Amino acid sequence: MSRAAGIVVVSLIAAISVVTGLVCGSVHIPLAKLFSALVQPGGDAISDIVWKLRLPRVLAAFSCGALLALAGALMQVLLRNPLADPYVFGISGGAALGVMFGMLLGMGTFAQTGLGLAAAVLASALVFGLSLRAGNWNPYRLLLTGVVVAAGLNALLSLILVLAPQTAVKGMLYWLMGDLGYAGNPLPAFAVLALLIVVAMPFAPAMNVLALGRMKAQSLGVAVSGIELVLFGVAAVAAVTAVLIGGTVGFVGLIVPHLVRLMGYADHRWLLPGSVLVGGGFLTLADTIARSAWAPLQFPVGVLTALLGVPILLLLLAGKNKDAAH
Amino acid sequence: MLRTDGLRLAYPGQMLVDGLSIEFQPGQVWAVLGRNGSGKSTLLHALAALRQPESGNVVLRNALVGTLPRRALARHIGVLLQEESREFWGSVRDYVLLGRYPHARSPFGWSVEDERIAEDEIKALHLGGFADRPFASLSGGERQRVRVAALFAQRPAVYLLDEPLQHLDLPHQVAVLDRLSIEARNGGAVVVMVLHDLLFAARYCNRFLLLFGDGRFSFGPADQALTAEHLGELYGFPLVPVEVGGDRLFLPGRQSGDMSHV
Repeated sequence: MSRAAGIVVVSLIAAISVVTGLVCGSVHIPLAKLFSALVQPGGDAISDIVWKLRLPRVLAAFSCGALLALAGALMQVLLRNPLADPYVFGISGGAALGVMFGMLLGMGTFAQTGLGLAAAVLASALVFGLSLRAGNWNPYRLLLTGVVVAAGLNALLSLILVLAPQTAVKGMLYWLMGDLGYAGNPLPAFAVLALLIVVAMPFAPAMNVLALGRMKAQSLGVAVSGIELVLFGVAAVAAVTAVLIGGTVGFVGLIVPHLVRLMGYADHRWLLPGSVLVGGGFLTLADTIARSAWAPLQFPVGVLTALLGVPILLLLLAGKNKDAAH
Repeated sequence: MLRTDGLRLAYPGQMLVDGLSIEFQPGQVWAVLGRNGSGKSTLLHALAALRQPESGNVVLRNALVGTLPRRALARHIGVLLQEESREFWGSVRDYVLLGRYPHARSPFGWSVEDERIAEDEIKALHLGGFADRPFASLSGGERQRVRVAALFAQRPAVYLLDEPLQHLDLPHQVAVLDRLSIEARNGGAVVVMVLHDLLFAARYCNRFLLLFGDGRFSFGPADQALTAEHLGELYGFPLVPVEVGGDRLFLPGRQSGDMSHV
C-alpha cells in the first residue's frame, strides 16, 4: 500500500469513528436521522441530542486524542526516547494538581480550568528551568527532571485525594483517569490543533534528521536549538490543551505514534498527520465505547484507551518481531 | 580550503591543542593520530563548527565556520561522528536520503536527483540487498556502512571522519578508504580522518597530524611525521619500522611486562 493510500484509509477510519460516536450512546440514533439532524437542525429531541450533546463530545474526544498523539510524537523525537509521552514535563501532574485543588475548594469549572492551566505552566517551567540551569543541554536530564517532578506532584495529588470529602473523590478519580464528560465547546481546541499543525509541519524534514541525534543533525544543517525550542513549545501547548479538555487521558500520546510508525510511517512528514488522525479516531472510539457499552453507566475513557491500546500495540509488536526474524 | 588560525582547544584541567594553525588543501588526505583522549574528536568537532574553540578560528574559504548558516555549511562539510545514533525508525534508504537534507529544495519530498544519488551510494557500499530493511535490524558493521553511505550522499567538499573504519570488515575498510582517496585525488575534496590503524594511515594518507594530548602537536607529510621516533613518543610505546612490499609499516615493539606506559 502506498503512503498516500494509507493516509486515505486512516482518514476514512477516523471519519467512521466520528460517525460511530454520533450514532452510539444511551439513545441510538440511526444514520438517516443523524444525517437529517445534521443538515437541518430542528427543535426535536434527536437534533438536540446531536447538536448539544453528541457533537461537542465527539469533537472534544477527537481533538483531545489528536493533540495528545501530536504531542507524543514530538516528545519522542525531541527526547530521542520511545518511552516519552506528552506528560514528561509534569504537565499532567501540574494541571491535575490545579484542577483537583479547584475541586477541593469547590470552585466552578472555569476557575478550575484556569487553575489547572496555571499549575501546568508552572510545572513545565520548573522542569525546563531545572534541566536548563545546568548549562549543557541534555535530553536525559530533561526526562529525568520531568519524572522526578511528576513523582512529587503525584504525592501532592494523593494528599488532596485523602483530604477531599468522600463525595468529591469519585469525580476527581474520573478526571485523573481521563474523562471527556466535562468537555465544553470544541472549537477552541480545534483552533489550537490547527495552529500547532501549521507551526510544526514545516519542521517535519528537520525532525527526521533530529532523530539521528543533536550533533549529527547540526552537521547535516539543522539549526537544532531554535527548532527544538519551537517544537517543545508546540508539544507543551498541545498537552496542556488536551489535559484541559479531557483530564489526564493516559496512553494515547505514548502508543499512537508507535502505532503509526509500525504501520510504516516513520517519516515525520507522514507520522505527524498520521498521528493526529489515528489519535483523534482512537480516542473518539474509546470514548464512544466508554459511554455506550454499559449505558447509562459511563466509564472514564482513560480506562478504555489502555484496555484497547495495550493489546493492539502488543499484537503489532509481535508481528514486527516476526518480520525482523526473517 | 579549510584552515585554522591559532586554534586552542581545552577541557577544564587539560590543554588539548594550543595554537594550531594549519591549512587543509584540496586533494590532501589527512590522518589525525594520537592516544585516547588526546583531542582528536574534539578537533574534528571544532573544524565542523560543532564545538566552540577556546580561542582561534576555523575558516572555510575565507568565511568563519561559526558564522555560516548550518545548512550552507553542511553543503560543504560532511561529518561522520565517532558515535552516531543506533536508533532509527526508518529504513536504510530513509537513512541514506537524510544525507541529502542540506541539498533538499522542497520540504515535501526528495528530488529525483536526491533519490538517484542515495541509490548510487547504497549500491556503492553494497547495501542494495537491504535498502528497504529497518536500519535498526542491521548488524554493527552494516549500520556503519549506512552512515558512510549517507555521508557520501551528502557530497561535501570537506570530509571529516572520526574512526570511519570501526566495525567494518577488511574489504569494506579498503573500499571506504579507496573511495575517500578518489574523492580527494579526482574530486578535489579534503579528507581529514581520525585513525588508529597505522598501516592504513601510512598507505592512504599523505598528511599527518599528531596530537600529543598536552597541547603539543606536529604535522607534515609522511617522511617528516611518520617516523618511529615521533610515533613512539606519540603513543608512549616503542614502534619498530619494517618494509614490506614497498609499504613502510610500524610494528609494536616488545616491552617489559609492566603496564607503566599506560
